[in-house]
Amino acid sequence: MPVSKNKPREIFKISHLSKIYRTGEVEVRAMNDVSLDMIEGEMTVLLGPSGSGKSTFLNIVGGLDQASSGTVFFKDMELTSFNERQLTRYRRDHVGFVFQFYNLIPSLTAWENVALVTEVSKNPMKAGDALAMVGLENRMTHFPAQLSGGEQQRVAIARAIAKRPEVLLCDEPTGALDSKTGIIVLDALTKVNEELGTTTAIITHNAGIQKIAHRVISFLDGKLSNCHENKSRIKPAEVVW
Amino acid sequence: MRVLDRKIIRDIWRLWAQVLAVALVMACGAATIIMAVGAYRSLDETRDAFYDRYKFGSVFASAVRAPNHLKSRIEAISGVSGAELRIVKPVLLDVIGMKEPGSGIAVSIPDHRMTKVNQLYVRQGRLPEPGRGVEVAVVESFAKAHGFVPGDQFGTIINGKKLTLNIVGIVLSPEYIYSLGPGEMVPNPKIFGVFYISEEVLRGLFDMEGSFNDLSITTMRNTELESVIKDIDALLEPYGGVGAYDREDQASNAFLDAELDQLRAMAKIIPPIFLFVSAFLVNMILSRLIALEREHVGLFKALGYGNIAIGGHYAKLVIVIAIIGILIGSGAGLWLGMGLTRLYASFYSYPFLLFEQSYDLYVLSAGITLTAALSGAVKSIWSVVILPPAVAMRPQAPTRYKSLFVGRMNFTRIFSQLTTMAFRHIIRWPVRFLMTTFGTALSVALLVTSLFSYDSIEDMIDVIFFQTDRQDVTLTFSDDRGQDVLWLVNKLPGVVRVEPFRATPVKLKNGHRTMQMSLLALSHETDLSQILDIDSAPMEPPKNGLVISERVADKLHLNLGDLVDVVLTKKSNRIASLPISGIAQSYVGLTAYMSFEALNRVMRDGQRVSGARIKIDEAKLDEFYEAVKETPVIASTALQDISRDKFRETIEQNITTMTSVYIVLAVIITFGVIYNSARIQLSERARELASLRVFGFTRAEVSSVLMVELAIIVLLAQPLGWLLGYALSWSVVKGFETDLFRIPLVVNANTFAWASVVVLTAALVSALIVRRRIDHLDLISVLKTRE
Repeated sequence: MPVSKNKPREIFKISHLSKIYRTGEVEVRAMNDVSLDMIEGEMTVLLGPSGSGKSTFLNIVGGLDQASSGTVFFKDMELTSFNERQLTRYRRDHVGFVFQFYNLIPSLTAWENVALVTEVSKNPMKAGDALAMVGLENRMTHFPAQLSGGEQQRVAIARAIAKRPEVLLCDEPTGALDSKTGIIVLDALTKVNEELGTTTAIITHNAGIQKIAHRVISFLDGKLSNCHENKSRIKPAEVVW
Repeated sequence: MRVLDRKIIRDIWRLWAQVLAVALVMACGAATIIMAVGAYRSLDETRDAFYDRYKFGSVFASAVRAPNHLKSRIEAISGVSGAELRIVKPVLLDVIGMKEPGSGIAVSIPDHRMTKVNQLYVRQGRLPEPGRGVEVAVVESFAKAHGFVPGDQFGTIINGKKLTLNIVGIVLSPEYIYSLGPGEMVPNPKIFGVFYISEEVLRGLFDMEGSFNDLSITTMRNTELESVIKDIDALLEPYGGVGAYDREDQASNAFLDAELDQLRAMAKIIPPIFLFVSAFLVNMILSRLIALEREHVGLFKALGYGNIAIGGHYAKLVIVIAIIGILIGSGAGLWLGMGLTRLYASFYSYPFLLFEQSYDLYVLSAGITLTAALSGAVKSIWSVVILPPAVAMRPQAPTRYKSLFVGRMNFTRIFSQLTTMAFRHIIRWPVRFLMTTFGTALSVALLVTSLFSYDSIEDMIDVIFFQTDRQDVTLTFSDDRGQDVLWLVNKLPGVVRVEPFRATPVKLKNGHRTMQMSLLALSHETDLSQILDIDSAPMEPPKNGLVISERVADKLHLNLGDLVDVVLTKKSNRIASLPISGIAQSYVGLTAYMSFEALNRVMRDGQRVSGARIKIDEAKLDEFYEAVKETPVIASTALQDISRDKFRETIEQNITTMTSVYIVLAVIITFGVIYNSARIQLSERARELASLRVFGFTRAEVSSVLMVELAIIVLLAQPLGWLLGYALSWSVVKGFETDLFRIPLVVNANTFAWASVVVLTAALVSALIVRRRIDHLDLISVLKTRE
């Protein structure tokens, strides 16, 4: 399902989103009055230095955290009004996550790590197909301890996409990888985005990556500092690390 | 304070719940050592002090009637330092307000001087004096049971004469610390008492002018008691001497010995359980803490800290936890030990209690606890020492798991991924899994061990009161009598059935092995009294030979058909050689059985009876009691109902106290083991569990990963715990077995069930506490940080 250029549809509508953390007497404004829309089927890169608010943004959009004020709409559901149970349901049905440190279950094989998610999904793909999509069809019976970092991250991607989520949220997916394996992982993400049409958001420190995305959103000091569309995209292999 | 030491304090503060759980288990170990050894020592010291200060005899003898002029010859026996010739006689008591007749022992005290042996501690009032009427001093337990104070009176039937005694004093004697009435199994001071009367008065009452029937002797240190006993037996033989014996066979002392043996057995069985569990818990917690602090260890090493400093740092942490445990345990042990000593002391009659609070006991228990804790820590500390700094700074590689089954068979097709996670985790850490299961099983075992005694006592009561001794009343005559006395007994109101018996003290000898006991002869038509064989089937008293109990057979190395020398102490130690024709089960006291005819034949003094067991029409009980009080030949009565109730009450009071203590201890172990293992799993797997939450698994689903494993552990622990419990109960039964008292090993199904219910409940509660933590996992921070 290629991205339709004619009718861009917002999958997320975010307005005046703020998040304040309180630790003791210190108040940290992690995100301050952010408003933006995310378009269905697009790959978006979120850029910004540490503490700029991009992770906070991703956590709220992914249903891992709650906003202090503002609203987030996922399609016609208002995430910001969801309780804990509804957020669990939302994550289960609509969102796939990929983390910097993979977070695979060490006691489950690659195939089982993916099946973990497909077992509880409504319309999953086969675990084997998901692994094939990231090029790991020959590593399915391996435990995490038997896989390289790049392979582990690809299992994590397979696990995230196996339930056919509408949104794939990646927090520094290449942060712990060298350039060569990083490119393989980005390839897998691009492939998923193109073939499944999954709306994808990737957080990164690496500005070089931004050119593979449809859209780039930059954060600074908890605020939106820039948001632009890439006129032309490059392939992951062309990324200068 | 050094920085590393500050870290210890903060670590303990941070891990307080786990530290407390481990410290409490250690405290149980320390407390049980202090309690059991402390109570043992206190009672032992108290007894020794009482014996020593009040000159408890070391050799005892009795005769029918021996002349007082033997005194000089007795005192001349080598090693004898003091001898007291006394009159000791059984009497019937008629206490106002008591329908049933009580029984007692009247003991003479010398006039115008102190007794040399078995001196009395006067709690209240004074000792009786001659020439002031019939004055008595009664033992404290009897006075307390009736609320007597000096100035009160009570009735007796002494040698057939009704007599009112005036109480002038309340006393305690080292001879009757544990005083058991005839036919009783536990002391019942309400119906049995000892009292002291002036020699002059008692001599008159029993027609014992110039003679005595009881002898107590003190000896010098290192005296060969065997030869003293031999000399005394030779002296008393012409006067109906019943065979001298030393403290080991003195009734009160023998019971105290048995009790102290039991306390000692407890000190050996219980504390090791706690020490083992605490070592295991220390191992578990410390290895986890060190895994988490791997990088800190690398940093310490990089900064130039030596291996000893770093190893010492973690050792100190364990030592601090152990000290917390030792402090709690010492306090609890002191408290429990004092309680236990008081409990025992209230059961016995001591004039004072010495709480033996020697420091060595605390040092000992602290040392043992600390050793157990450090032995649990050795492996973890060693792993820190050998860890190269560069490796330590790198994160640990992911744990390697294995497939559950060899080949292509896919386990996950049968179970969900969540269950597979639980199973793989078990297989990955088999030792920890087994130890956790074993630890939980130990708490089940501890409960079985403390609860089974109810089953055993019930069984014992059933055997003794409903199978073996089914009479309502046992009458003992003042002497062995001719058969015609039975006619008198038959005439007593309400008597339905009378079964006579004859009892005589004997010594059984097989080679160099000797045992003193009572030989009981029963008639063939015996119905009220039954001898039970080892399989609990009733057997007839044998026409020839004698039946002995298992314990006696064991100790004397006798088998069926063997000949044994029966030394008839009442017949000038004449020896009859008799075959063993049966082995019986017996729980209380030492008894051998024969048939009436056989014993009469051996005794060669005609058809004699010592007493009768009686079945009675309950409606006429009051009349019966009245008549017994008027019948001079009856020296004592034992009422089975009262004995049974008192037996149950006494034993259960003892057991209930101990059981409550053990239940608390078992719950502490369960919490210690289950809570800690769940917490550690949670810490190790927080990342996994948080990931599951992120993927959209519910709290219940995520908790189930841990709970499945805990459930497997707790369920497997049950049968293992039952088995261990049975084995521990067996060792308790063996540890408690003495010549005088043996409890059967009976564990009913409901005891196993209750043990499991308690442990399952404790496990459930600790699981719920951990569940709450899973519910509050901070998803974001767990996932963002590298483990």
